[in-house]
Amino acid sequence: MSGADTRHPGLNLGQTDAGGHDAAEEVVFGFWVFLMSDMVLFAILFATYATMSTHGQAGGPAPLDLVDLGSALAETLLLLGSSFTFGMASLALKYREGRTRLVAWLALTFVLGAVFVGWEVHDVHVWITQDDAPPQRSGFLSAHYLLTATHGLHVAAGLLWMAVIAVQIGWFGLIREVKLRLMRLALFWHMLDIVWIGIFTFVFLYGAVR
Amino acid sequence: MLGALDWQAIVFVRAWRDPSASELIGAAAGGLAVTGALAAVVLLSVFRLWRPLWSGWLTSLDHKKIGIMYIVLSLVMLLRAVIEAALMRLHQLVAVGQGGPLSPEHFAQLFSTHGTIMIFFMAMPLLTGIINYVMPLQIGARDVSFPLLNAISLALTAAGAALVMVSLVIGRFSTGGWSGYATYTELAYSMGEGVDYWIWAVTLSSLGSTLSGLNFAVTIYKKRCPGMTLFRMPLFCWTTLCTSILMIFAMAPLTAATVMLALDRYAGFHFFTNDAGGNMMNYANLFWLFGHPEVYILILPAFGVYSEVFATFSGKTLYGYRALVFATMCIAVLSFTVWLHHFFTMGQSANINAVFGIATMTIGIPTGVKVYEWLMTMVRGRIRLTTPMLFAVTFLVTFVLGGLTGILLANPTIDFSVHNSLFLVAHFHNMLIPGLLFGMIAAVQVWFPKAFGFRLHEGWGVAGFVCWVAGFYLAFMPLYALGLMGAMRRTSQWARPEYGPWLAVALLGAVLVLGGVFCLAMQLFVSIRRRKELAVPVGDPWDGRTLEWACPAPPPEWNFTVIPKVASGDAFTVMKREGRAYEMPDDIEDIEMPANSAVAPVICVASVATGFAVTWHIWWLAVLGLAAGWGAVIARSFVLDTKRRIPAATLRASHAAWLDRLRRTVPVSRAGETDPRNDGLAEHGA
Ligand code: HEM
Ligand SMILES: [Cu+2]
Repeated sequence: MSGADTRHPGLNLGQTDAGGHDAAEEVVFGFWVFLMSDMVLFAILFATYATMSTHGQAGGPAPLDLVDLGSALAETLLLLGSSFTFGMASLALKYREGRTRLVAWLALTFVLGAVFVGWEVHDVHVWITQDDAPPQRSGFLSAHYLLTATHGLHVAAGLLWMAVIAVQIGWFGLIREVKLRLMRLALFWHMLDIVWIGIFTFVFLYGAVR
Repeated sequence: MLGALDWQAIVFVRAWRDPSASELIGAAAGGLAVTGALAAVVLLSVFRLWRPLWSGWLTSLDHKKIGIMYIVLSLVMLLRAVIEAALMRLHQLVAVGQGGPLSPEHFAQLFSTHGTIMIFFMAMPLLTGIINYVMPLQIGARDVSFPLLNAISLALTAAGAALVMVSLVIGRFSTGGWSGYATYTELAYSMGEGVDYWIWAVTLSSLGSTLSGLNFAVTIYKKRCPGMTLFRMPLFCWTTLCTSILMIFAMAPLTAATVMLALDRYAGFHFFTNDAGGNMMNYANLFWLFGHPEVYILILPAFGVYSEVFATFSGKTLYGYRALVFATMCIAVLSFTVWLHHFFTMGQSANINAVFGIATMTIGIPTGVKVYEWLMTMVRGRIRLTTPMLFAVTFLVTFVLGGLTGILLANPTIDFSVHNSLFLVAHFHNMLIPGLLFGMIAAVQVWFPKAFGFRLHEGWGVAGFVCWVAGFYLAFMPLYALGLMGAMRRTSQWARPEYGPWLAVALLGAVLVLGGVFCLAMQLFVSIRRRKELAVPVGDPWDGRTLEWACPAPPPEWNFTVIPKVASGDAFTVMKREGRAYEMPDDIEDIEMPANSAVAPVICVASVATGFAVTWHIWWLAVLGLAAGWGAVIARSFVLDTKRRIPAATLRASHAAWLDRLRRTVPVSRAGETDPRNDGLAEHGA
């Protein structure tokens, strides 16, 4: 097996770890399929949001009332930044730049992700206490919280996953299993970026101009 | 401490306090469930089977054993759901012009559990089990892509089924039907635990099915043996692939719908409520966005089974293989474009109804293509009318009949007058019983000898066939008439005496169906007793055409001594023709198979605990269950040694023993197929 060809979309280990490259084909493909089904879930939440945000306000707050573009921009930068740092971690993995480099980039990603989640929690706090917009208020708000919270929960799950992998890097070193897990976590993390861009555009930007 | 749970919830206590017929029947059902569980425990203990059960089955990651466990689960649930159906029929007959033995709530629980079980805990596990067993063998693989995930899917499905069983004893089940429309299942209209049982049972099952679909699709894409291009796969693998893709895409809307309903009920959200901007139509759309693809998830695998049956038992290559593949894919894609036909009457404009009506009718085209191709497969074949073929031929006629009534219902103007009537109930049973159940029974008849090394008794098979088919026609043809006379579904009392005779015939049919279940049980019992005489150790009792017949029966854990190489469709037929079917491979190597793992049983127990806890608002247990389940997954990720090595010597010895057995076996012609002489070696060119 040559190892040079591409086995799956995304980061391929072909040039530096032929065995890992071959082993990645099946698991990473499987993970792409999983991401696809997760995307279907988000698509449904977006569709629900689309109908509820127009027809389900019930005289309560409208999308505009929840928009704080500054806050949304900060969250976007945090999450996109964390995707960049994860990208750097992936390159460190691929080009064997050493464990310290890799763990440092991962730690940075973790911090950015954690601040993002914290920021979202803060958003929710503001919406509920200052805007008087809890999810029980209207169908629109129910859809709004479900969409954003599902994304937030995904990010939180990604953080937990990252922590577990960090422990495993310490425990086992950069063995093949750990590498493959990192590759999958990277895909997961980038997918959450894409979903967030959807939320940013559809919930916040569109909410602001509507 | 125990949330909303109290003594009153136990069915026996309720029957003690209020010994009405309805409560007593409930207590009897609960008693049966408890007795059944206790009997299983006692038998396992007496025969000291706990350890073999644990290490041989529950912790096994072998796709074949997981498949068999799925099938066992589905047969147990089938028994319960058919008994419930017969009980409903009895009640409705007695209820003409008077109350009937069951309270309306009890009757509503019966159709809700019957429908939920039949779809999620009978049909889905049955087809998932058959796929699990057969598909990896057919593509020449040693296992599915993700064996542990496979076991976890089973664990989640079994946990959902367990919740439905628990509701027989503790508390009540939902009365909102299998579709759980939110106009009925919102907290304001259905207080209590029933709907919550339904929500968590269905959610667990849909998670399990999503993961199964993923696993099967990846297996088919990545694990086919060398030379097995997609267009050389047996048709069953194609229908499996389409079903899997549907599972990946279509289960998510259901999960979303049940989670939203749960948020409404538990946290006061307003997704589907009547007030505060909630919208029930979102529920209907989400549910049927799942629900219609679901019927194709159910039916496509049976199409695959029938394709194999027609080819094998006509002794011919499948006619129009490529067209069948394309028809299957067309059906899978179209199945996402028709969901609205389930609620033509719920307020869209006539134009929208027309679009969805036409889309629905177009599905008839690829389906028609398939029917003709199965017919053409039989033309000039040497047909053997054994049990699977009997089911297949009956399917052709019966399914077309059901399809025709479906075309009627696809016309919105007609649907308006028969919507939600017994006409509809007749229609969908007319699709699902031939298009799913008969197919799966045929599959069991065909592949049982592969799995256990002996054939099923033919006489009891035919008796079962007669009961099922006669029972089906008697039970459901009257419902078409009743529906046209105006009888609505889910109705527990009738005022019109003229329904009586039709309902009596339908009851007779349901009893015959029960007889069919009995025959299946007897077939199993008799076959086990006569297993020596029915044995087919060589592994090819039906002159099979595909790779699963190219290994002994039962197959070794590793399926194939060396991974086969193929150069055409009908791979095994070609191997036999060229005299390459039974050789000693010279390139046997050590292999690795997945080692046992206790993760799946832990997840099963944790899921039951969580589901039960959330249903009864026992929050500490819910947290504990979730922590245990996810903890098991994380802990497992620290285990690196997940494989077991099997040395080449073991493989060689096992293969040699098989070839040795083969040399002592006399081949049989197809005329002797059901004869004790059939030891699983097909005569050359016969
Ligand atoms: C084997 C014989 C069967 C009998 C005698 C039977 C009988 C019945 C009866 C009496 C009802 C209630 C009709 C009503 O609403 O008034 C019903 C509903 C239903 N059955 Fe069956 N059934 C059988 C098999 C199946 C199978 C194999 C499936 C699916 C795989 C199935 C799926 C359903 C569903 C989904 C409902 C609707 C439940 C609801 O209203 O929510 N049944 N059946
Ligand atoms: Cu449909």
